[in-house]
Amino acid sequence: MLSTNPFSELSTVISPDIMQGYVILMVLAVVVGTILDMLHKKSAQYFFENAKRAQKDAKRTLGSGEKASLAMKTLANEVLASSEFKSTRRRISHLFTMYGFILFVASTAVLIFGYPTEAAAGIWPVLWHLGALALCIGGYWFWFAIRVDVASEGVKWYNFNGRGDLFILGLISTATFALLWSIIGGGVDIFFVLFILSATVLFGTVFWSKFAHMFFKPAAAYQKKCIYADGSRENLPDDYDLTDPAVQAKFPDIPEYMGNNPPNMGPGINREPPRHY
Amino acid sequence: MPTFVYMTRCDGCGHCVDICPSDIMHIDTVTRRAYNIEPNMCWECYSCVKACPHQAIDVRGYADFAPLGHSVRVKRDEEKGVIAWRIKFRNGKKDMDLLAPITTKPWGTCIPQLRDAPAPTQEQRDSQLLFNEPKYIRMDDGDIHTLKSNGLRLVEGVEGY
Repeated sequence: MLSTNPFSELSTVISPDIMQGYVILMVLAVVVGTILDMLHKKSAQYFFENAKRAQKDAKRTLGSGEKASLAMKTLANEVLASSEFKSTRRRISHLFTMYGFILFVASTAVLIFGYPTEAAAGIWPVLWHLGALALCIGGYWFWFAIRVDVASEGVKWYNFNGRGDLFILGLISTATFALLWSIIGGGVDIFFVLFILSATVLFGTVFWSKFAHMFFKPAAAYQKKCIYADGSRENLPDDYDLTDPAVQAKFPDIPEYMGNNPPNMGPGINREPPRHY
Repeated sequence: MPTFVYMTRCDGCGHCVDICPSDIMHIDTVTRRAYNIEPNMCWECYSCVKACPHQAIDVRGYADFAPLGHSVRVKRDEEKGVIAWRIKFRNGKKDMDLLAPITTKPWGTCIPQLRDAPAPTQEQRDSQLLFNEPKYIRMDDGDIHTLKSNGLRLVEGVEGY
């Protein structure tokens, strides 16, 4: 089952041209939705104004090589490994969802454009199923346990939160119905209708949902790296090395109360997850 | 001025929601980012500002230590056990850092084990003193307690330890 292309069965009822047209339509919906979202929230304007303000406070100018290195670090840490999350389980859930989504979308495009009528399409059907499965694991874990409304606000998992939930519900329903549709056989049935409906909601509601965050977050992470590198630090204090004699001379309370080589004090309030609402 | 959140820094972890004594830091239902739902009720205690692991929450400091237009940012480093402040005036001439310890022992290691303390006697129950009150603040025996009588000494900058 995992190695069978579900779209080949579908192509006996629906022409590959229609399937390809639908994919192109969804891509256009995402592009238009993201641009409208950017114009409405003025997020790009905010980024540039913020960057300009940070430049004014900068203690040194970053060279293009340094900027490229920071961009690579952002790609390796924040984009590919979601390192911006402080909570480990949230990070793992996000990685499942993100890689599941990328695999699912990429393999869908390859199967529909490359192998619309062939049941055996190499590794792609396996990737399609694994992507949907990873999306389900990360998505349901997030929905039932990690979602901050549930963890910090006491909202029950069955309470639909409106626009805030459009994206995650769109993701998990698309992946779930896609898997069910494939298991049943890949024809035109109730699961196919629900799969297409969910996918249309997911990609057609970018303007209202959180979908566009995947384009903004890398930019925010890169900017954060830049402000630390150029010394502007958004006016935040330095990260002091408590064992440095110069720091101890400047702040004598540190050696006075903590000694010359203070121990690691542990995670503090992070010893417990924030769920004391 | 009450707290506000830099949306691009917040990841919606909920630490501010957890710690706010006024229960006014909440998670926005659409963006899943924190925000102050009732700025009028914020007493600027800085709890959320210090608890935020991303330094995504900011607040304008009180006018009695810095003039308008200044910036007061704080970074609480729990693993190092210190808190760092940076105060910057709007003309940029005054830009100072402060660093102070917030603990001298690893977190959670010095919680009083009240369960192991002996139960109060009937006399102690009838007394106006609180249960297990530290001996330094007890005024019921002997003379008034002083630093000297308790074997303490005064250190410049602090009142004694």
